[in-house]
Amino acid sequence: MGIKAEHPLHDRRKRSNMLLGLVLLCFVALVFAITVAKMMNGQSMEAFDHTVRYSIDTALQDVLKEDAESMDVEVNK
Amino acid sequence: MMSDATASDYEQDSQFDDYFTLLKPRVMRLVVFTAAVGLLVAPVGINPVLGFASVMFIALGAGASGALNMWWDADIDAIMKRTAKRPVPDGRISANNALIFGLWLAVISVGMLALTANWFAAGMLAFTIFFYVVIYSMWLKRWTPQNIVIGGAAGAFPPMVGWAVVTGSLSVESVAMFLIIFIWTPPHFWALSLFMNNDYSDAGVPMLTVTHGTRVTRNNILGYTIVLFVLSLFTAFTGIGGPIYLTSALVLNGLFLFGAVELWKRTDDDADGDRYLAERKFFRLSLIYLFATFAAFLGDMILRKFGLLNEWPMVF
Repeated sequence: MGIKAEHPLHDRRKRSNMLLGLVLLCFVALVFAITVAKMMNGQSMEAFDHTVRYSIDTALQDVLKEDAESMDVEVNK
Repeated sequence: MMSDATASDYEQDSQFDDYFTLLKPRVMRLVVFTAAVGLLVAPVGINPVLGFASVMFIALGAGASGALNMWWDADIDAIMKRTAKRPVPDGRISANNALIFGLWLAVISVGMLALTANWFAAGMLAFTIFFYVVIYSMWLKRWTPQNIVIGGAAGAFPPMVGWAVVTGSLSVESVAMFLIIFIWTPPHFWALSLFMNNDYSDAGVPMLTVTHGTRVTRNNILGYTIVLFVLSLFTAFTGIGGPIYLTSALVLNGLFLFGAVELWKRTDDDADGDRYLAERKFFRLSLIYLFATFAAFLGDMILRKFGLLNEWPMVF
């Protein structure tokens, strides 16, 4: 036979736990909404990932651009 | 009996409501409103979700300050009638739990604001919490009658943080909003201390009423109210001012100045005679003043969005 909770303490704790659960759920929903909003803003989601990423390496982009321009000059000659 | 003692111990079990009270919800309301206005009147827009979340995290930061303040001030809160029923002095939450709760909220609010908005706004929020807890609560409050003058800066930061969320910087407009709350705070609290004087003197808090008497306090209330009047008029000619704000500033500051002059004319005998009626009225008016002033900024922001304020003179 299970223990039957009779003390008002259990009701109070239940209410507190429910409210805390609700707050945590709201926090999760808020973080999810922030993530969606940031992605919709078109902010870069890329970061360093132990390999060369041309899209986020501006120095490399400059080198490639210079190479492309010099190749254009060669072709046009 | 053992079982009775155990049950009685659990009567003091901390409840959700007790932790919510630690956040000082009434102060939080003012913080939410002023931070939201600071965010909305900024010249550039923000995604509504990010704006809402940022205001929530600023409010959480204010709550953290409240919890840490209640942890530190539990000894004087227990003496003052107005604060004796707060969760820590009343024994519903232990001081240690209030400290841990406040510290975690501070970390979460600052970290989340940095991720949601920017590090500048988050840094300002961190400084606000530090200022309220360390500079005001731990240092100034028990040391100098200028406690709420300097400490008032903590309550004045939220609109600046709201502005920084959107712009990532400071400006004349955000500083003007800061100054309005900063100069408004002393008359607001000194009016309260006039009719709560016994509370402060019992607790040994060196409010101006306790250290310099009510005459000096009444003079200072009038002085700050005059400065506030001038400052408010200057603000009307910044990027957040407009006809709605200018009209409300004239009316509200007129009423506020009228109230301050009335307090200045009164003696302690007058106040005792009508149970501090004018002082209580002035205190209530100060709350309305701040809400109405910031609501007026919103009103002009709406006019500006519709292009109706293109001709408004911006001197500052």
